[in-house]
Amino acid sequence: MLELSLKGSPRYWGWLFFLAILIGAGFLTYLYQFQVGLGITGMSRDVSWGLYIGQFTFLVGVAASAVTIVLPYYLHNYKKYGRIAVIGEFLAVSSILMCILFIFVDLGQPTRILNVILHPTPSSIMFYDMIVLNVYLILNLLCGWVILMSEKKGAPPPSWIKPFLYIAILWAPSIHIVTAFLYQGLPGRDYWMTAIMAAKFLSSAFASGPSLLVILSMLIRKFTNFDPGKEAIQTLAKTSAYFLVVTILFYLFEVFTAFYSGISSHQYPIIYLFKGLDGYSKLVPVMSICILLAVIGALILVTPPLRKWEVTLTIGAASTFLCMWLEKGITLVVGGFIPNPFGSVFEYWPTLPETIITIGVWALGFFVLTILYKIASSVKEKAIFDKYGEKQIKA
Amino acid sequence: MSNIDRRDFLKILGVGAIVGIWGGSFFEIVNKRELEASIGSYKKAPEALQAKKWAMVIDIKKLNKKIINDCIEICHSIHNVPTIANPKEEIKWIWEEKFKNVFPEIKDQYLSYELMEMPVLVLCNHCDNPPCVRVCPTKATFKRKDGIVMMDMHRCIGCRFCMAGCPYGARSFNWRDPRQYIKNENKEFPFRMKGVVEKCTFCYERLARGLPPACVEVSQGAIVFGDIENPESAVRKILSTNLAIRRKPKLGTNPSVYYLL
Repeated sequence: MLELSLKGSPRYWGWLFFLAILIGAGFLTYLYQFQVGLGITGMSRDVSWGLYIGQFTFLVGVAASAVTIVLPYYLHNYKKYGRIAVIGEFLAVSSILMCILFIFVDLGQPTRILNVILHPTPSSIMFYDMIVLNVYLILNLLCGWVILMSEKKGAPPPSWIKPFLYIAILWAPSIHIVTAFLYQGLPGRDYWMTAIMAAKFLSSAFASGPSLLVILSMLIRKFTNFDPGKEAIQTLAKTSAYFLVVTILFYLFEVFTAFYSGISSHQYPIIYLFKGLDGYSKLVPVMSICILLAVIGALILVTPPLRKWEVTLTIGAASTFLCMWLEKGITLVVGGFIPNPFGSVFEYWPTLPETIITIGVWALGFFVLTILYKIASSVKEKAIFDKYGEKQIKA
Repeated sequence: MSNIDRRDFLKILGVGAIVGIWGGSFFEIVNKRELEASIGSYKKAPEALQAKKWAMVIDIKKLNKKIINDCIEICHSIHNVPTIANPKEEIKWIWEEKFKNVFPEIKDQYLSYELMEMPVLVLCNHCDNPPCVRVCPTKATFKRKDGIVMMDMHRCIGCRFCMAGCPYGARSFNWRDPRQYIKNENKEFPFRMKGVVEKCTFCYERLARGLPPACVEVSQGAIVFGDIENPESAVRKILSTNLAIRRKPKLGTNPSVYYLL
């Protein structure tokens, strides 16, 4: 099936070429980081994780969100998702790939990465994260590929794939729960040490993933002859809407707990993010934009006429995705480190090389995603659909 | 038999690659077991100081600027700790903080200003229940039988999970090659390389030669070090007759560094 990715329009090749340039720039900058050390980033003794780990955390959520398509389709037989199940699975594949790369570029001694396997440490959550992420990558690649392959042949999917589909559904939340456990089990980091972290991770994932899928589906419809279906897009938008509202609520629960209890150490990171602390307020604009986007996203996606009109739908989906990205991709990680264990503030802001490397990894993810979607849309364009947009499987 | 088509050839190649990569690591794991078994047979030098559990008592009242600076100076010079002016990339094993910042739970505007501003030495607490050890994905940081929380700088992958896990800010990361920041190197103690985490090790290398930690030696009695499990030890006697406090006790880390007021 890979050969399908080799035939494309000039626009397709142009896009891949553009991504390749970004990947190249990221790679060269990474070589510089490899040579000099992580000192080229904005990370510090106090804020020892930054943009890289933030992207990793955010993208685990995007990957996990494939379950919002796969579960209704395979467990509840929601036929509208039949056409886009593979779109979700392939998004998970490229997201996990980016996750692994973001962990890799964040390591001080990347050549020693196999130590995680050579010296397996079950007390470390990182150990489980490595397992769940890799298994999830394989599961999604397998399920997506096999089902697409049978679609290409015009045959029903082989029955042996079924158990894997169900395992993938059960597996999806695990990757994000384990990722939340990386944070919520650390003593002395009050912003993270909350039982609602895993729940909030899942809800924000199921807001950001479907909102991205809405945008991707519309792009696929625009640039290929394959139509993911209006109703599928609308259902995705609804999923995103309700999980966005749940995420906002979860955040407010956190704010209530911190401020009603009066425990100052729980309040400081929140004050830092929303108002600034001791005169330091670099992330306040980021958080303000985040709030604005949350309000726009929620208003549009929850209101039926605005959700149905595709112009506003695009704005709503983009707002939701960006809002979740700012929250999880930047402020969540940095906020956890501020103030430091001695109560003082040392701020973080990503440097230019760090940003170029980050863009490079994203570009690589989208490169893989483009190729996978190209294959999927080529297969889907040829498949026969009935007037309701459901696939007819030849007996 | 000899008719291997392209498909079969690729299969063999693939299986061969998998065996090659994973077989090698399996062999290393098996080998490692033997290696670890043989470590038990190493003998300690007769002069080595030994304890069931090492602990330290720092008497804040006895500290002054000179003692504090001497402690920092001796520790950082014998351990080749680089002097980096930029606080972003600072590396420190033992350093000075104000009392109010070390013990935020005691901070109180009605307590004496002198106490709140009093300089305190801080270092790795060598916790009995260390979060850094729990979170390390490679056992590069581990707890010895005598309670010392150690670092294997050759195994550390530089993921900095331990830095997020430590509630005391005791860990530093080598954001760059540290050698350029070391003026007088001590040839008896290894350098670190860029990309690994480091911290105080209770001078394990001095204990092995029968010497107390360097900071204890230059502290003029302000720092006492000994076996907390031994009722006759100096630390134990101080703790049984004085009120000593530890940093952030509610976190359950159970630090081995005590402070006297």
